[in-house]
Amino acid sequence: MKLSEKWLREWVSPRLDRKALADRLTMAGLEVGAMEPVAPKLDKVVVGRIESITAHPSADKLRLCRVGIGKDKTLDIVCGAANAAIGMLAPVALEGATLPNGMKIRHTEIRGVASYGMLCSAQELGLAESADGLLALDDDAKPGASLTEYLGLDDVSLEVDLTPNRGDCLSVAGLARELAAITGAKIKSHAIKPAKPRHRQRITVKLDAQQDCPHYIGRVLTGINSHAVTPMWMKEKLRRSGIRSIHPVVDITNYAMIELGQPMHAFDLSKIRGSIHVRHAAKNESLVLLDGNRLTPKPGSLLIADDVQPLALAGIMGGMDSAVSNTTSDLFLESAWFRPETISVRSREHGLQTESSYRFERGVDPALQRLAMERATSLLLAVVGGKPGPLVEQTVKRHLPRISPVSLRLERISKLLGLDIPAKDVENILKRLGMKLRKAGNKWTVTPPSHRFDIGREVDLIEEIARIHGYDRLPSRRPRMEMAASPVPESDVGESRLRSGLIDRDYQEIVTYSFVDPAIQTLVDPQVPPAKLANPISAEMAVMRTSLWPGLLQTILYNQNRQQTRARFFEMGGVFLPQGQNFHQEAMLAGATYGEAMAEQWGLPRRLIDFHDTKADVEALLALAGIEQNVHFQPGQHPALHPGQTAEIQLEGSRIGLIGVLHPEVQSRLGLDRPVVLFELKLSALRNGKIPNFHEFSRFPSIRRDLAILVEESTPAQTVLDCVQKAAGGLLVNLELFDEYRGKGIDSGRKSLALGLTLQDSSRTLNEDDVERVLAEVMSALKSRLGAQPRQ
Amino acid sequence: MTETITTIEEQLKTLMQEAGTAVAAATDVAAVEDIRVRYLGKKGALTEQLKNLGKLSPEERPRAGAIVNQAKEALQEKLGARKQQLQTAARDNQLSREVVDVTLPGRGVRQGGPHPIMRTLERLETLFTRMGFAVADGPEIEDDYHNFEALNIPANHPSRAMHDTFYFDAHRLLRTHTSPVQIRYMEQHKPPLRVIAPGRVYRCDSDVTHTPMFHQIEGLMVDEDVSFADLKGVLGDFLMQFFEKSLKLRFRPSHFPFTEPSAEVDISCVICGAKGCRVCKNTGWLEVLGCGMVHPEVFRHVGIDSERWSGFAFGLGVERLAMLRYGVNDIRLFYENDLRFLQQFK
Repeated sequence: MKLSEKWLREWVSPRLDRKALADRLTMAGLEVGAMEPVAPKLDKVVVGRIESITAHPSADKLRLCRVGIGKDKTLDIVCGAANAAIGMLAPVALEGATLPNGMKIRHTEIRGVASYGMLCSAQELGLAESADGLLALDDDAKPGASLTEYLGLDDVSLEVDLTPNRGDCLSVAGLARELAAITGAKIKSHAIKPAKPRHRQRITVKLDAQQDCPHYIGRVLTGINSHAVTPMWMKEKLRRSGIRSIHPVVDITNYAMIELGQPMHAFDLSKIRGSIHVRHAAKNESLVLLDGNRLTPKPGSLLIADDVQPLALAGIMGGMDSAVSNTTSDLFLESAWFRPETISVRSREHGLQTESSYRFERGVDPALQRLAMERATSLLLAVVGGKPGPLVEQTVKRHLPRISPVSLRLERISKLLGLDIPAKDVENILKRLGMKLRKAGNKWTVTPPSHRFDIGREVDLIEEIARIHGYDRLPSRRPRMEMAASPVPESDVGESRLRSGLIDRDYQEIVTYSFVDPAIQTLVDPQVPPAKLANPISAEMAVMRTSLWPGLLQTILYNQNRQQTRARFFEMGGVFLPQGQNFHQEAMLAGATYGEAMAEQWGLPRRLIDFHDTKADVEALLALAGIEQNVHFQPGQHPALHPGQTAEIQLEGSRIGLIGVLHPEVQSRLGLDRPVVLFELKLSALRNGKIPNFHEFSRFPSIRRDLAILVEESTPAQTVLDCVQKAAGGLLVNLELFDEYRGKGIDSGRKSLALGLTLQDSSRTLNEDDVERVLAEVMSALKSRLGAQPRQ
Repeated sequence: MTETITTIEEQLKTLMQEAGTAVAAATDVAAVEDIRVRYLGKKGALTEQLKNLGKLSPEERPRAGAIVNQAKEALQEKLGARKQQLQTAARDNQLSREVVDVTLPGRGVRQGGPHPIMRTLERLETLFTRMGFAVADGPEIEDDYHNFEALNIPANHPSRAMHDTFYFDAHRLLRTHTSPVQIRYMEQHKPPLRVIAPGRVYRCDSDVTHTPMFHQIEGLMVDEDVSFADLKGVLGDFLMQFFEKSLKLRFRPSHFPFTEPSAEVDISCVICGAKGCRVCKNTGWLEVLGCGMVHPEVFRHVGIDSERWSGFAFGLGVERLAMLRYGVNDIRLFYENDLRFLQQFK
């Protein structure tokens, strides 16, 4: 809601300066979001009257005007405006004035003729975006008077950001009423006299959708002056509310709406055939609206129609055909009440938000229609003349909102606000808000005024009391509470520790959107159908991720395109997996490494990151989580990963994650220059670890023996380790794989593995025989089970 | 020819002179050792002298013995001193060859960093859990009931239009706020309760000041005697601790369908110290969160008796707080994930 401060002060003017007034509104919940001056500073711009016009001797389009600026003073001004006319009142920028566009006015010669000032258009004065000729002022303008003073330009437009519950403040009168309640200032009376009918012409109104429109007032106004223009003061007030002047009749209905809060509509009477019907749309109807678009109303849309065709989309926008024009001489005026939900649904359905729909969907005072009709009538009579007919009024009371009394308890106020407020203060506040009270003990029965349809409960009243009392004057305290231990499950390492773990291993955390590009989603996870948004913000953010990899890969790409050659990213967040008709949200932790294994530095060889570098990071996470002993890496497959460099991460037989090198094909399709290693783990598996359980360790010395063996190249190291572990038995306390070699010196198809075995007994010192026996058993198991040979 | 003390003394003198010269000329520990063997070893020159004592008369032997032993001790000492000297020199020499450039950077794994939003979220969680709030979460794909209906936002309520909701179908949507977690938590837990719910939320809105996904923390406290005064106390404390500054606070009446009375909280601008700047639009105030007393209709939906229990709820935008805290001037930076941005929050 945008309105002129001066207009508001015509209704109520508390003794507060501009800023204090805005603060009071803001602190009462009517937030003043902006205060814009209504005009630039216009020093030395005055009202001028064109006394005479003569032709310019050497230019067809220019004329020489003699302009009176009061006290018998005149100026000769060369002017190019087509609408300059003798007797016209228009703004004159005097010598020394600076126009908002920076132009400095001084006396000058224009094609050989001296000119002492400039006649101005609204645009040149910063009062309009565009203008067609000089700004024509009304007859009451006095030549020589300052334009700023005449038009009251030392004013601001207040932009009040209203919450949806305060539709009652969407007018000058409504805000004034509220400001009076807040400050205690008196509201100035704006009595409106009903117009006396001067003929009996009327149109029958039929309410065929009574729930959606239970109240409708119409009036015929005949014989208006089609040459009338909107007075300057009205145009200016509308402009300060952000409304363009269109036609005097339309301007007046808009004016009544801004002033009182009742949207109205004026039809050209000659276009209405028969009666007015307020009804729901039938199939295949159509209507060209004022914005020029042809609309096919959805079935159920509320229309204003005549006997033949739809005339307007009720409460939202009028029709082109029945609109008021320059040839209109008779009017039919409408002032109605529409059900807020109906307007809200229909305006969204048709994508049409107007000043009218905005007010109706927030609720218009159901007692306002007649008052607004009379106000518009009296303005019309003053501006365009004509003869008013009698009011036509249809009301279906049972469908109009009813204001019910609400009971209020004093002790509830103090319980909810923590404030002990005297009963008389409560009464004073509620009365200022126009409520009627009946007291019984420490309880009241409160009846709100008709415009406060938002009040239906005790808490609504308590909020009003808090608001008018002032939130800043409500007490503040620290709550007292029970001291109770809360659970700290030790098996859960917590997201924070996992995050630190990766950060300390040179990973940068990222956060990416949960909706991703379907193309990348399909490329990375082609087997899982993602949840599709019905109304995505863009085609690149249209489906819900089923993996964190699309976001990680896009982030790598983004940074690669900004000259980053190395990146290690991780993200924690939800993925959305189909589960029957629904989608299951699973919290994941995923990472991606790219570029050099180590940050570029002296003394370290440069090489690209590989599978096992990143596997170490995953193993570190598993260790942090306390599950590394129970996890196995098994060769695996994934459509987006390298078929020979992919592992499933299994915890006690079930898959908790994947690690692998991005498939070179996918890598090149994404436009990534270098290989990427990816991993992804279920957070739930990482957050359910083992609590440490102490085991006795041996105090006797241990013996280490190294074993070099040759096995088939395809034999997984894990198989070898498992075999050694099993064969060695209880004396083996540690087993390391410290070398893997294939190539020169080894038969092709085979590889060499070097193992370090540490043996120890818990009750004695081992001797050479013990060790030899274990090694022999290990070697024989390796031979028989895996066809291994000792490496010579 | 019989030996006399005199000849022995003369021979000793010569030997000692030779030995002295040799010791002085020795350039390493091994050379010193050679000299020791040459003079003091089993077949060393001085050892030989002792063997010659037998040739002296019994009267002369003790004195001559003493002279030879004196000479041996003197040479021992010389050798020892020289050895020490050479060892020190060798160590010094080694140390001087081992000088490194201590200004070269350290070698090894570098440090990564958290995302600034996560860094902020962790801090917020710490602040609230220390005040005794539990942490809860809820689904991001929500249903209409929990996101709107149970929060007293019926279909066609004007508030819905302000939420710019992403839909999957008529009933499923991406949650537009963390408030549905309030409902889910109260469905599962009986009062008294204190809980926060951090998480991602989504609105179909993208421009200079909006990203279609952002983070909120929802807070809820319900007890038998919770009032607006407690709300003011808790949020005031929290904001001072978060910004580690003494701030001016302003509770401004507002409207949320699920709280009443409702308020928006402004703090004095932390960027300009309330003098007026671009960030606070010259008002000196920054809006940081919305809050209010839980609406009786919300309690009714979760079966909590609003005559007995009362509570407050609040919701704060994590991006907003992070921007103010770290001076980030464009919300979109958080989701571009540009390393040059992220690396500033180690």
